[in-house]
Amino acid sequence: MTVFDRLEAVFPPDRVITDPVRLRTYECDGLTYHRATPMVVVLPETAEEVAAVVRACAEFGVPFVARGSGTGLSGGALPRSDGVLIVTSRMRRILSVDLDRRQAVVEPGVTNLAITEAVRDRGYYYAPDPSSQQICSIGGNVAENSGGAHCLKYGFTVNHVQALEIVTPDGEIVEISEDDFGYDLLGAFVGSEGTLGIATKITVRLMRAPESVTTLLAAFETIEAGGQAVSSIVGAGILPAAIEMMDALAIEAAEAAVACGYPADAGAVLIVELDGPAPEVESQLAEVIAICVATGSFEQRVAASADERAKIWKGRKSAFAAVGRISPAYIVQDGVVPRTCLGEVLAGIDALQDEFGIRVANVFHAGDGNLHPLVLFDDTAPGEGERAEVVSGRILDLCILHGGSITGEHGVGVDKARYMPRMFTDADLDTMQRVRCAFDPGGRSNPGKVFPTPRLCGEVPRVRKGSPGEIF
Amino acid sequence: MDPELIKDCVHCGFCLPTCPTYVLWGEEMDSPRGRIHLMAQHNEGVEMSPEMAGHFDACLGCMACVTACPSGVQYDRLIEHTRPVVEREHTREPRDRAVRALVFALFPYPRRLRLVKPFTRLNRRLAPFLERVHPTLGALAELTPPRSRTRPLPALVRARGRRRARVGLLTGCVQGAFFPDVNRATARVLALEGCDVVIPRGQGCCGALSLHSGYDARRFAKKTIETFEKAGVGTVVVNAAGCGSSMKDYADVLADDPDWRLRASRLKVRDLAEYLVELGPVAERHPLPMTVAYHDACHLAHAQGVRAQPRELLGEIPDLKVREISESAICCGSAGTYNLFQPAPARELGERKAARVEETGADLLVSANPGCTMQITTAMRRLGRPPIPVAHTAQVLDASLRGLGTVR
Repeated sequence: MTVFDRLEAVFPPDRVITDPVRLRTYECDGLTYHRATPMVVVLPETAEEVAAVVRACAEFGVPFVARGSGTGLSGGALPRSDGVLIVTSRMRRILSVDLDRRQAVVEPGVTNLAITEAVRDRGYYYAPDPSSQQICSIGGNVAENSGGAHCLKYGFTVNHVQALEIVTPDGEIVEISEDDFGYDLLGAFVGSEGTLGIATKITVRLMRAPESVTTLLAAFETIEAGGQAVSSIVGAGILPAAIEMMDALAIEAAEAAVACGYPADAGAVLIVELDGPAPEVESQLAEVIAICVATGSFEQRVAASADERAKIWKGRKSAFAAVGRISPAYIVQDGVVPRTCLGEVLAGIDALQDEFGIRVANVFHAGDGNLHPLVLFDDTAPGEGERAEVVSGRILDLCILHGGSITGEHGVGVDKARYMPRMFTDADLDTMQRVRCAFDPGGRSNPGKVFPTPRLCGEVPRVRKGSPGEIF
Repeated sequence: MDPELIKDCVHCGFCLPTCPTYVLWGEEMDSPRGRIHLMAQHNEGVEMSPEMAGHFDACLGCMACVTACPSGVQYDRLIEHTRPVVEREHTREPRDRAVRALVFALFPYPRRLRLVKPFTRLNRRLAPFLERVHPTLGALAELTPPRSRTRPLPALVRARGRRRARVGLLTGCVQGAFFPDVNRATARVLALEGCDVVIPRGQGCCGALSLHSGYDARRFAKKTIETFEKAGVGTVVVNAAGCGSSMKDYADVLADDPDWRLRASRLKVRDLAEYLVELGPVAERHPLPMTVAYHDACHLAHAQGVRAQPRELLGEIPDLKVREISESAICCGSAGTYNLFQPAPARELGERKAARVEETGADLLVSANPGCTMQITTAMRRLGRPPIPVAHTAQVLDASLRGLGTVR
């Protein structure tokens, strides 16, 4: 008896993939830099089926990795060649919508945007909006605690998930909710990157669509001037729904991809979206425009219609993939710095470009200091990929140096596990590992992710060796 | 399969939600991103296994992914290059080969299509039997529309009022044989808008069916170019989305031959709606008090980028309300020969589309492609709902321009 026999007993043949050619199409997610062909792929349709796979994995000591739409940018859904890949793309039913309680219950494979589409005509929406919202799955959002442009005002996935049904790494189906007493298990689970189990049912908060939304596109000659405007806006006590910034290279790419019509000669553009009651939005808009002008903006456009607003956002939301038009290959980096250090860090990135001869396009959620530098390189030019990797890593060093973080919203995954020790001490990492072991003592749930050196739970926290239970 | 074109894909997945087969099955290898991955594997030397061929065959070629892609991946080129490789390297079952041969011996030949037309009534009754012989034959019998009277079109329809242009009209194979009224309406609308309409006799297939299925379309392309050159027209107006999109690709189809490439590039091809908007309206629009739903044919919306023009034309008709169909980017499953060779997913997609059309509550569905019209009509019939009548944009305009008050 092998894990294959068990899976074939549970699933019809069209939902267990073993053909090597088919398996290889699952070898990477949105981060193509890391690849591994899974041993087997299963496509469950119910929580019970997910639990059955996980139990089979437990029985045969096989690791498993969950995958939604495969759009993650940190390799969080990178398969294990000795493991089972559990793909939730067929679990895509919206189970219930309760507008009185302002919540929806959905399966993990439902796309982020599909939730909003289901309730939009009734005046509601789901707030977190990653740029990939048209395809990224809500299960993946839970795993990565995904953000998006509007997280500045409304918070991340963790602020919008009210309850979860999860399959634990030993195959038990349990429910955790924000109404539970005791430890905040929901808080621990959201953002755990698949290391604590698999979410099979998600209860999300629905928000009332704001009365008024207005979007401003302001062009600046330099990125520093744009950064100054961001600081001044926030400093004036205004909390926009989003403040996004793109530099000249990112603008060029977006223009090539979607002809978004941003001012051609801008060194940076700022997208500021304000929402709320109409009079408030109106007065804040005037204030924001005044601040932009005062900090050197040479052109300001206010979207006059929903179409114009969509067009402004289209340039920003397609920016990552659009960079494919101006560069054969690129790395999407994700780091965070305190907003007040934006200028310095951007100057640092500039210096890195010169030092290594590598171009970097900057796209970022300026309002909360979440940078998304796109490190461009030609993968056919010898050595360029390696140099790009170095630049990419140095950018994270800059973030840490300025008191920031190695990830804002893309997660650690497999890609950034090696940077974890730069930000956390051994004691920090051991403590995290203990949390993980409490859920997954067998280390089967997405092993090799998040932590720099995968260790079995039995041997994990070194401090435990002497006297278990006593850490300090 | 050009590795340079494959490299453009950055694996972001933005294409997935618009891919009909991904929508149906949620599997990576039946998504554009997955199929590009399979193409890359084939380039690396992985053989064209029946499994791999199956995933390429399952692609509808609807090009919704081309619209969705922010990186500008030319999936249309990629799949067009892949299909002939599948035909060369993958051996189909003898019975599959036989029905393919039958379809390709019948459809691209308007005269043969007209010959089998008298049997269409019998066809539908035979459908269950034919289905057992081969699913393609069953689908063929089920899809055939009821008989309609064919009257020959004049070789020239003169402009009404001041002459503004002189254009050729492609009559098409399926359009000509099964929807002759659409061609008549198209000619009238063009004439009423001030065009001399030249309708060369003896037109053959434009090559769309072959081109979109991996067969050589060059013979058809050359003959069509020749026909319109002889007729002395520089612009050809096309009212079938699939034909228009393949004719716009003639220069690529004939890229190997510089002389033919030049002749292809001299021929201006326009979809009817695209052409009418370029020309600008002069004829009076009479009211049509009805509600219509406009269906985006993939080869119009995704392949030719013609979305706004038909809506604009319909919007100009007084008293006519235009409703949008949700999920409009998702293919109805017709996709050239797809509903013949892949009847099961095609039926699922057809029923999904029919349900979305029904949700609009429209009195009439407007579809600018004969394949879509047959597919959606059949799906509505299969669902057992009261079928919504379907008309071509040309027929709606014709009714308005002639003041008929309704679309027949």
